[in-house]
Amino acid sequence: MARFLTPMRTMLAFAIAMSLLPLLAAQFTVTLANYIGLYALVALGLVLLTGIGGLTSFGQAAFVGLGAYATAYLTTRHGMSPWGTLIVGMVFTTAVSLALGFITLRLSGHFLPLGTIAWGIALYFMFGNLEALGGHGGIDGIPPVDLFGLELGSSRAFFYVIWATLLAAIVTTQNMLDSREGRAMRSLRAMTMTEAMGINTLRYRMVLFMIAAQFACVSGWLYAHLQRFVNPTPFSLGQGIEYLFMAVLGGAAAVWGAVFGATAVSFLKEFLQDQLPKLIGATGNFEMVVFGLLTIIVLHRARDGVWPILMRAFAIAVPARELTRTVEPALPLPRRDVPERGSEVLQVVNVTKRFGGLVANNQMNLTVRAGEVMALIGPNGAGKSTLFNCISGVNPATEGEIRFMGQRIEHLGSRAIAKLGMSRSFQHVRLNQDMTVLENAAIGAHLRGRKNFVQSAWRLDREEERRLLWEAAHQLQRCGLGEHLFDTCGSLPLGKQRIVEIARALSSDPTLLLLDEPAAGLRHLEKRALADLLAKLRGEGMAILLVEHDMDFVMGLADRVLVMEFGEYLAEGLPQEIQTNPKVLEAYLGGVDE
Amino acid sequence: MDGSIALLLAQDGITNGAIYALLSLALVLVFAVTRVIFIPQGEFVAYGALSMAAVNAGFLPPTMWVVVTLGVAVAIVDSVAALREGAPARLPMIILKNAVLPILAMIVVRYLPLKDLAYPVQVLIALGFVVPLGPQVYRLAFQPVAEASVLLLLIVAVAVHFVMVGMGLFFFGAEGGRIPAFTDGGVTLGPAYIQYQTIWIVCIAALLIAGLALFFEHSIYGKALRATAINRTGARLMGISADLAGKLCFTLAALVGAFSGILIAPITTIYYDTGFLIGLKGFVGAIIGGLASYPLAAAGAILVGLLESYSSFYASAYKEVIVFTLILPVLLYQSLTTHHIDDEEEH
Repeated sequence: MARFLTPMRTMLAFAIAMSLLPLLAAQFTVTLANYIGLYALVALGLVLLTGIGGLTSFGQAAFVGLGAYATAYLTTRHGMSPWGTLIVGMVFTTAVSLALGFITLRLSGHFLPLGTIAWGIALYFMFGNLEALGGHGGIDGIPPVDLFGLELGSSRAFFYVIWATLLAAIVTTQNMLDSREGRAMRSLRAMTMTEAMGINTLRYRMVLFMIAAQFACVSGWLYAHLQRFVNPTPFSLGQGIEYLFMAVLGGAAAVWGAVFGATAVSFLKEFLQDQLPKLIGATGNFEMVVFGLLTIIVLHRARDGVWPILMRAFAIAVPARELTRTVEPALPLPRRDVPERGSEVLQVVNVTKRFGGLVANNQMNLTVRAGEVMALIGPNGAGKSTLFNCISGVNPATEGEIRFMGQRIEHLGSRAIAKLGMSRSFQHVRLNQDMTVLENAAIGAHLRGRKNFVQSAWRLDREEERRLLWEAAHQLQRCGLGEHLFDTCGSLPLGKQRIVEIARALSSDPTLLLLDEPAAGLRHLEKRALADLLAKLRGEGMAILLVEHDMDFVMGLADRVLVMEFGEYLAEGLPQEIQTNPKVLEAYLGGVDE
Repeated sequence: MDGSIALLLAQDGITNGAIYALLSLALVLVFAVTRVIFIPQGEFVAYGALSMAAVNAGFLPPTMWVVVTLGVAVAIVDSVAALREGAPARLPMIILKNAVLPILAMIVVRYLPLKDLAYPVQVLIALGFVVPLGPQVYRLAFQPVAEASVLLLLIVAVAVHFVMVGMGLFFFGAEGGRIPAFTDGGVTLGPAYIQYQTIWIVCIAALLIAGLALFFEHSIYGKALRATAINRTGARLMGISADLAGKLCFTLAALVGAFSGILIAPITTIYYDTGFLIGLKGFVGAIIGGLASYPLAAAGAILVGLLESYSSFYASAYKEVIVFTLILPVLLYQSLTTHHIDDEEEH
């Protein structure tokens, strides 16, 4: 079953079935199918925004309106060709979405939906009141689209335009999600980690919002040329909310959920508007009540929407994306220059970190050299992870100076520091639990790729993609996770998830590796394998700074050890010196009472 | 524009602004305590006004069936939860409070001569069958997903708004409702004629705001709500029930909303769907306060009221456009001055 129904074949069968529809079905069905296609295109944008990016917009109907009114106005009043107006509409939509994104996306996640509510209402009243746009009466007499001399006047002919556009949007979206850019987009909710991997999360949130707005704009353009008439009603805030319901009911995490949601909502609406008033014996917007209740129930019972449940019910294991099960060999990625062995890679000078009145790190100093393992130890709460966060820019130091490769970095953000060649793991594992081990590790290699989301949507990134995945697979193999490449991270035990974090950090080809308790949760043999791996990396000239509680592990591996207590320096030296240092013994074991 | 028109517009703006201020305070409260962006706030305005219009005209408040139905639903949900927790002793109280009480109230109201009752009693009856919707909606729609992300809660809130508007049309019909003023007439102060209702609105809004401040400063429940707003986990560890805090602030929000509706219904006709735009203007005020500061939110709301009133004079068709675009420069300023983005990470 699973073999027979490959995603490619399912898609092809769907395309053939759809292409026969206008030839066989009644006019009413074709019209409904046209609307479903238009709605699904908008809902697809919301799937990207909500399901992938964890953001949402109530103003998509306004973007649909922007596309529709741009073409309506320019074709009827200025005689422009519909293809020209499509470009104008897209440029306009892109500009508006970027401006709105610039204003709201730096703020917490709920400001974008609030901003889009305001913008949706404002634009709706604008359409209704501008004389040039025909006021509430709207604009009629929009010319049909002309494709290579073929006039697409009938709704049956236009059906092909709508559904071809939708399928192209679905395929390119799936391509985009299955790429370097897509991995970054799918990681946006884990912002600290994503930024620490060198990914500009603001940029990707902007891109997702822009793409969603563009899909809506194209839907509006198609709508205007299908209807040949526009008025403000279908671009109201209420319609914008209905688009969101389609995405949420269908399944905001799955691309096909958009099509399913649009279909289900359209049929249901048709049915409810027909039946409910008869049943209740009064007129009213009962379908609104039903949609609202359905949405609440779905969000309570099945947050991923109805589509994944349907898939499970029919036992079709169709993943959200087409999963590759093999990693093709590819040319290795170019590597950074390794600094000369023994040269100082990291210098921390008099670093202090305060949280309000609490001094978590006080006047800390340390250096790490290329080709050496430096261990940072100390009792719980000594401020080790805080110092890590200062060094990696996740939570910058209050005072002091940090140099990495000769450059001051204490004022840089974690993204900029990652670009300079520092990579880290986290004490509390920060992996995308739904992505495969391979994809998670490939996030680390993000900075080593260049292809953008347009190139990945059209599969122009495959050579680079193979190289990135090959690199990630290579690092995972080195870490002993070769057999887990295609497992989802959530299915691994915690100890192994920590190792995935190390492989992810290694995939960035770092000069300095910061590891926060890498051996926690590992079994004895796994610890030994990890120690061997770190020793090998040191042999290759990498600088490693690690926080660890397992003393056997630390003392067997580290070249030098620095001990912290209560946020302050306690001792520093060779492992054997530290093991006999009376101050350290007292800190760990408690003083001998006199 | 001459001075008297300017004064008239200012009076109009301040009246509406006071209502928006009340709503924006409720919105900030609900958001701070439960992280719900309470889009249906405006529906309580419409429900309150239209229920009062019904009672004033001698009809039963149409929302009482919803209160009873939701009450029974809450009783069922709570009973199931109590049985699962192995606490059947709580059942009688749950059923009494949620199901029996609303039914009794409905029976009593049926036999009252509504039309002849004193105005304040009519107000109490109208409120009595609208305000319970607040905690009921919290219990049924929000409490089961109380820990979810702000985004999910927002989508639920929008869904609740849809349901309430749809039901509003069914219960109240498409015609608007208007109620008599608290006190007819007005007074001439220098060049301006001020309606008594305007004075009522401004004074009651000020009193309510002061009352809320006292509640938060001095009552144990107010302190519990503040504690929950500051740190939910910490508050829970101190024995403050997050569910109770949620229900309490939804009750306050419903009360503020419904009473605002009764306050403005004498000067504006309220339709079943008018509440949404009124609520959203409260929102613009709340956003000016960054969804965090009560005084800033109130000041923002007054500003919205004034802006609306003056723009309805200069460019009446674009009044809504102007009010809602105001949010953009405010958000821009906030985004340029904020460096901190709170990170809702799922672990």
